[in-house]
Amino acid sequence: MALKTEEMVLNMGPQHPSTHGVLRLELILEGEIIQKVTPHIGYLHRCFEKHTEAMTYPQVVPYTDRMDYLSSMYNEFGYAVAVEKLCGIEVPERVEYIRVIMGEFQRIASHLVAIGTYGIDIGAFTPFLYCFRDRETILNLFEITCGARLMYNYIWPGGVSHDLHPDFIRLAKEFIPYFRKTIDELNNLLSYNKIFIERTANVGILPKETAINFGITGPMLRASGFKWDIRKDDPYSVYNKFDFNIPVGQGLVGTVGDSWDRYYVRVLEMEESCKIIEQALEQIPEGDVSSAIPKRIKPPVGQVYGRVENPRGELGYFIISNGGTSPFRIKVRGPSFVNLSIIDELCRGYMIADVITILGTTDIVLGEVDR
Amino acid sequence: MIYDSLKSFLGSDILAMFISAALPLVYVLTYVIVAVYLERKISAHIQDRLGPMRVGWHGTLQLFADMIKMIMKEDIVAKDTDKPLFNFAPYLIFIGSFGAFAAIPFTSAYIGSQLDLGIFYIIGISGLVVAGILMAGWSSNNKYSLLGAMRSAAQIVSYEIPTMLVVVTMVMITGTMNLHTLSEMQTGHIWNWMLFGGPEFGINKFIFIPIMVINFIIVYISTLAEVNRTPFDIPEAESELVSGYHTEYSGMKFGMFFLAEYANMFAVSCIVSALFLGGYQSPVGYLGNLIHAQWMIPIEQFFWFSLKGILFVCVQMWIRWTVPRLRVDQLMALCWKYLIPIAFVNLLIIGLLTVL
Repeated sequence: MALKTEEMVLNMGPQHPSTHGVLRLELILEGEIIQKVTPHIGYLHRCFEKHTEAMTYPQVVPYTDRMDYLSSMYNEFGYAVAVEKLCGIEVPERVEYIRVIMGEFQRIASHLVAIGTYGIDIGAFTPFLYCFRDRETILNLFEITCGARLMYNYIWPGGVSHDLHPDFIRLAKEFIPYFRKTIDELNNLLSYNKIFIERTANVGILPKETAINFGITGPMLRASGFKWDIRKDDPYSVYNKFDFNIPVGQGLVGTVGDSWDRYYVRVLEMEESCKIIEQALEQIPEGDVSSAIPKRIKPPVGQVYGRVENPRGELGYFIISNGGTSPFRIKVRGPSFVNLSIIDELCRGYMIADVITILGTTDIVLGEVDR
Repeated sequence: MIYDSLKSFLGSDILAMFISAALPLVYVLTYVIVAVYLERKISAHIQDRLGPMRVGWHGTLQLFADMIKMIMKEDIVAKDTDKPLFNFAPYLIFIGSFGAFAAIPFTSAYIGSQLDLGIFYIIGISGLVVAGILMAGWSSNNKYSLLGAMRSAAQIVSYEIPTMLVVVTMVMITGTMNLHTLSEMQTGHIWNWMLFGGPEFGINKFIFIPIMVINFIIVYISTLAEVNRTPFDIPEAESELVSGYHTEYSGMKFGMFFLAEYANMFAVSCIVSALFLGGYQSPVGYLGNLIHAQWMIPIEQFFWFSLKGILFVCVQMWIRWTVPRLRVDQLMALCWKYLIPIAFVNLLIIGLLTVL
């Protein structure tokens, strides 16, 4: 006589500490093995794209801050790039450098959160606090520049709201060598930890082809071994003036494209960001930061797609203008949203604990998934 | 023994019994207060922060504030829980972890009960914890709790095997299951501890030392797993199972789990120290012997006993705040593929040695 068996449906989230926000995952389990994962999103939907239609172009900037709240600077950066492309605004050199410095600092801050929370997902509490301690320093740098710590409203189409604080360059230069030491510390504490490797190596392997088919971008795609970074492949701003590498996953401890690779690519990227910041701090020219900010943005009829390499992947703004002062339509291509789509493919056949491991490496921010 | 002197002093059998039984409870509760404070401070300093600082001097009174909060909290019992089981489970776990202290010698002058089956009894009564965890997980009627409870039961039962094997090895060497006798055997200096081959002399001691060290490591890992501490805190896995079997508990019932966890940590530390590190024995000899004050010796022993216990607990905390958590299958693999075979080999070697 066969025993009657039943698949268990487990609801993970929206109030779950490891879904990184208000994501709800519906897991179909057989024992502890995952059969299917269905993400349910939309708990944070705030109609960002619809709102923008009632705003003038500069008024959209604070809204972009609130999408991916861990990389607000970069959201503004992307929007500025798109609008400048639409209007044909030339921004001063100094502004571009400031944007790159801010953007890379933001990338480090964002990756620190990703790495720290990933540590918590795996069960290591301590790296989280180390990461947040260093993120704090970066947030202080942002604070002396624009007064805000999370929602900056700093990078405007045509310029930036304030020039750098007189102390900024000195503090930033002090931070980089200190931070490099922290990366080593982090590697010793977490990256090369035997248990951490056991948990993450060969878990949630994402082959290159699958990643491309799903439209995965950012560290997730690079961890699969595909060298694609918009900073290099479609340079915007002044990124072509810097010398930096694009780290890709090499399968150092497991297979290329496993969770450890996705984690480690972020660690390596922080180092590359340090390099860019160092060069930018050396090269930054003097000049006015607000001379190119238009009094009124009224782009010609047309459409534009501007994209940047956000800490999570390709962040694109598709803007349609009907010639008015407010956009006719803004469509955002959010990296978190696209990267989340692969969760079912990645999790099948692994255990519940691995869902956490895999979800942690996708590094989603629900504010941007739901917008 | 304290019981005897109490009996002659009070002239009452039952009163002496009660007082004698209450002593470990008082001690363990005091210890829990210290341990929770230590955990907070140690974790805080490991993580580059300060920890509790507001209530009392350096947050020393924080735990009392927390206790008052916990007692005042509403005791929520969800609608679909299995109420008798749900209400009973925390107490069962507490009984299981506290019962172990009855057979642990605190000093040469005090042991709750002079059981000849001491260590056997301890392992038996600790089994109640598993039953309690299963009851809690099942009666909560919550999938996460159930998963946590199942994992926990599997884990504790599995890790009892290497512990048992090591204990059997120890029993074969010493010929006693009474922890008091075992501690007495390890009297003298640090090289008389079982970790360093026990009171054995000659060639045997040198063969014993490596085996004992391996046994010690096995038993330490197993006890970490048995008390559900990181890297084996899978049943409680905060980030996966949202604290597992005690998710649905609140107020003082949760407090019971909390208390039981810390009591358990201390109990296993005491057992390990009694088995390997001489229990209450001093590593350097006694001041009481030196100045001919025999009454001082139990006090010194009590000090050494507490120190060793706390030291082990601190190591547990240190591990907890440093390493990540294993996955449930890796945990089982560690137990069945490494610890048990090694413990078996050790058992075999010791068996041969004692026969020869």
